Amino acid sequence: MNTANETTLDGHNQGADNDHEHEPMPTGIKRWLFTTNHKDIGTLYLWFSFIMFLTGGAMAMVIRAELFQPGLQLVEPNFFNQMTTVHGLIMVFGAVMPAFTGLANWLIPMMIGAPDMALPRMNNWSFWILPFAFLILLSSLFMEGGGPNFGWTFYAPLSTTYSPDSTALFVFSVHIMGISSIMGAINVIVTIVNMRAPGMTWMKLPLFVWTWLITAFLLIAVMPVLAGVVTMVLTDKFFGTSFFDAAGGGDPVMFQHIFWFFGHPEVYIMILPSFGIISAIIPAFSRKRLFGYASMVYATASIAILSFLVWAHHMFTTGMPVFAELFFMYCTMLIAVPTGVKIFNWVATMWRGSITFETPMLFAIAFIILFTIGGFSGLMLAITPADFQYHDTYFVVAHFHYVLVTGAIFSIMAAAYYWLPKWTGHMYDERLAQWHFWSSVISVNVLFFPMHFLGLAGMPRRIPDYAIQFADVNQIVSIGGFAFGLAQLIFLAVVIKCIRGGKQAPAKPWEGSEGLEWTIPSPAPYHTFSTPPEIK
Amino acid sequence: MKHLLFSVLMMLFAPNLLATDMPLNMTQGVTEISSKVYHLHMVILYICCAIGVIVFGIMIYSMIHHRKSKGAVAANFHESTKVEIAWTVVPFIILIIMAIPATKTLIAMEDPSDADLTIKVTGSQWKWHYSYFDHDIDFFSILSTPREQIEGKEAKGEHYLLEVDKPLVLPINRKVRFLMTSDDVIHSWWVPAFAVKKDANPGFINEAWTKIDKAGTYRGQCAELCGKDHGFMPIVVEAVSEADFETWLASQQQLTEDKAQQAQAALNQTLSQPELMTLGEQVYLARCAACHQPNGMGLPGVFPGLVKSPITVGKVGAHIDIVVNGKPGTAMQAFANQLTATEIAAVVTYERNAWGNDTGDTVQAADIEKHGQQEAQ
Ligand code: HEM
Ligand SMILES: [Cu+2]
Ligand SMILES: [Cu+2]
Repeated sequence: MNTANETTLDGHNQGADNDHEHEPMPTGIKRWLFTTNHKDIGTLYLWFSFIMFLTGGAMAMVIRAELFQPGLQLVEPNFFNQMTTVHGLIMVFGAVMPAFTGLANWLIPMMIGAPDMALPRMNNWSFWILPFAFLILLSSLFMEGGGPNFGWTFYAPLSTTYSPDSTALFVFSVHIMGISSIMGAINVIVTIVNMRAPGMTWMKLPLFVWTWLITAFLLIAVMPVLAGVVTMVLTDKFFGTSFFDAAGGGDPVMFQHIFWFFGHPEVYIMILPSFGIISAIIPAFSRKRLFGYASMVYATASIAILSFLVWAHHMFTTGMPVFAELFFMYCTMLIAVPTGVKIFNWVATMWRGSITFETPMLFAIAFIILFTIGGFSGLMLAITPADFQYHDTYFVVAHFHYVLVTGAIFSIMAAAYYWLPKWTGHMYDERLAQWHFWSSVISVNVLFFPMHFLGLAGMPRRIPDYAIQFADVNQIVSIGGFAFGLAQLIFLAVVIKCIRGGKQAPAKPWEGSEGLEWTIPSPAPYHTFSTPPEIK
Repeated sequence: MKHLLFSVLMMLFAPNLLATDMPLNMTQGVTEISSKVYHLHMVILYICCAIGVIVFGIMIYSMIHHRKSKGAVAANFHESTKVEIAWTVVPFIILIIMAIPATKTLIAMEDPSDADLTIKVTGSQWKWHYSYFDHDIDFFSILSTPREQIEGKEAKGEHYLLEVDKPLVLPINRKVRFLMTSDDVIHSWWVPAFAVKKDANPGFINEAWTKIDKAGTYRGQCAELCGKDHGFMPIVVEAVSEADFETWLASQQQLTEDKAQQAQAALNQTLSQPELMTLGEQVYLARCAACHQPNGMGLPGVFPGLVKSPITVGKVGAHIDIVVNGKPGTAMQAFANQLTATEIAAVVTYERNAWGNDTGDTVQAADIEKHGQQEAQ
């Protein structure tokens, strides 16, 4: 077919001895629909995630516009609830998780010296079912009665007896997202276990690979639990079961136990790959080896194990027995220890390094500081008596946005800037990128920091209108929100500009970076490591 | 569009128009427990700040002094067992120190024994119901902020969204036990000044307690997303001296008796249609409009409209029945024990004649009473 295309994308730089035959590559939409190439699929995931990020962001703008001043101005409370719900679902399942899967696709084979993911056809499926899941979810917003309005945590019986009919679509779309995640996770595990280049021993794996391996096990463990709980919601609502209905012998609090048994590991699913990214970027721009590699691996593993023992810290007010509250308080506090180890290791890596501040490093540094602030508020939330005051207020909203936006999302942006030269073959526009960084880091703190105060002053979360005393701070928060939203358009501009052209990137554009991905040319050829590399 | 423009203008000119002071920290509250919780909060906050200052301090130091542009050359170390053990063990010890007072406070908070007074708190979409054990007093407590204020047609009052028609009245210096439950979805009863936040779960009963030190009015809100008007079900507690509380109890018991008599008398009374319509409109706006909307249109797919609906223009009996008994498995509550027979009669009359329904029917308190008797047979 298009041979010109084929040769430019397929650099054949891995030596002339490759014995594989290429089928001619389809062009246009077919290339993307049928692709089994890890780089193509990675690209699809990343673009999908960015589109979802903007979609969920638009909903956040609706929320912040309504909360700009007290009173009901723009939207009805029922629609407001749909916005908070779908915003949460889209950001968690549509923006953060697919972005990490995209990065895994692009990077894991290149980092371990493998030619592709182990199960390329499944890889294609796990991406291509995702857009349908989100189309279903979004279309439910236009149904009579509206889309899901029970919060991203969909507590029963609000999500069963009292939910709109579109709940069936919500359940179905979560099923599809779950299947996609599980397939992605299986692929990651099989690839890492079987396809490492000879000599790539476990303790030589880049931390991004390690953290993703552990994340993949978490995914396989808890996504079925999520699938189970949405199915129970479905049958409670439509088929007369009473899992969560006391009148039929069920228990609404059991819903929360099942949901958070998924939900807490889920939050680590959204942060462990970040730890891997930051552990690549901090050493690169400090020009110094990562401090405490082994303890990083052990810390990640212990966080993953502990994450199964803390779920009920989301449920302190549900009326658990005291001993259960104590158990979950202690375990939650314990998680702060391995998390602290990671922070200390990054700081020790920077200590007496030779630091420069390119955009990936700026985002990584902001990650360390702001994620730590989120960790601090997490520690405060772990103290059960204090959590009675914080729970379900804006303090919690501040906490999880610090760990997810300035944590997970900042790490994703750091990763994008760090590996863009490898992906596109061009250097991104550093000046524009720095604009993106500074406008983001300032606005994000105007957006989320005052939320701590709102929560402490007593403003509950998930309300479309509030008492007069909260007016000023909400106004500041909304302004921060609009600014942060706008700032992300700069990111879009940088990425498009970088794909279109720019300074030619060398194989290794960053002086201090390490890893196999920097040994291949930029842009990375369509097929890499068809013969395994030599690992010293 | 007009709203959008307005918002933009507000953003430019009015950051301080609504200035009321918001506390920037957790309240110390008015109970021994709430003050303990406050101190726990401050201790953990200070610990976090101290760790933050040290860690970020070191980081910023190296960002300033170990930068390449200053000629810094990277050192070679990349592990140190001693240091790594230290920064695992030290945080662990800090956490243990923190866990001790937290455990003590928690155990104290979870001990509702030996209460002087027990009150059952029932949440339902979107109001609270209080029932005083052993005193035969119970009432609903509903948001009293007028709709006009919420929609911006009137200036907002001082206690906008934090005011109710009838507050919960509690004595100070006595241990009050709450039994929380719900009639529909999960709600959460929260008064920051007492550091009490407990979920009201349908079909289950949760316990909490408080002992208030200072008389005053304390405000809180529902803390668990419970549907459309979750933001509109505040809690107001009037804490009064023990003597005043006794007086209040007596007056409430009197009120209960008077009401029962009135209700009895009303059964023999026939109201004119205009009278029924006026009363009916009041009741409708207070109790029904949250779901069925002031204009009777409902929210398609969520709450049914009442304009020319089979119930409101169909048989009177069915209409009375659904108001009295509700519709199980939906958000439609049974109003039999929330409204008097006269009020139910008025609201049914209103619904059957408002918004062009024009059935011409009037329903009297006696009809409601009759409906109840027929049911009992
Ligand atoms: C030191 C580590 C952490 C601790 C001790 C911690 C603790 C907690 C606690 C106790 C809550 C429940 C608060 C409440 O509802 O009253 C909470 C909520 C939450 N945390 Fe964390 N957390 C930590 C790190 C993280 C991380 C890394 C993430 C995600 C990347 C995260 C995401 C969330 C989310 C999303 C919620 C709110 C869920 C909801 O109710 O919608 N947390 N955290
Ligand atoms: Cu959690
Ligand atoms: Cu509520």
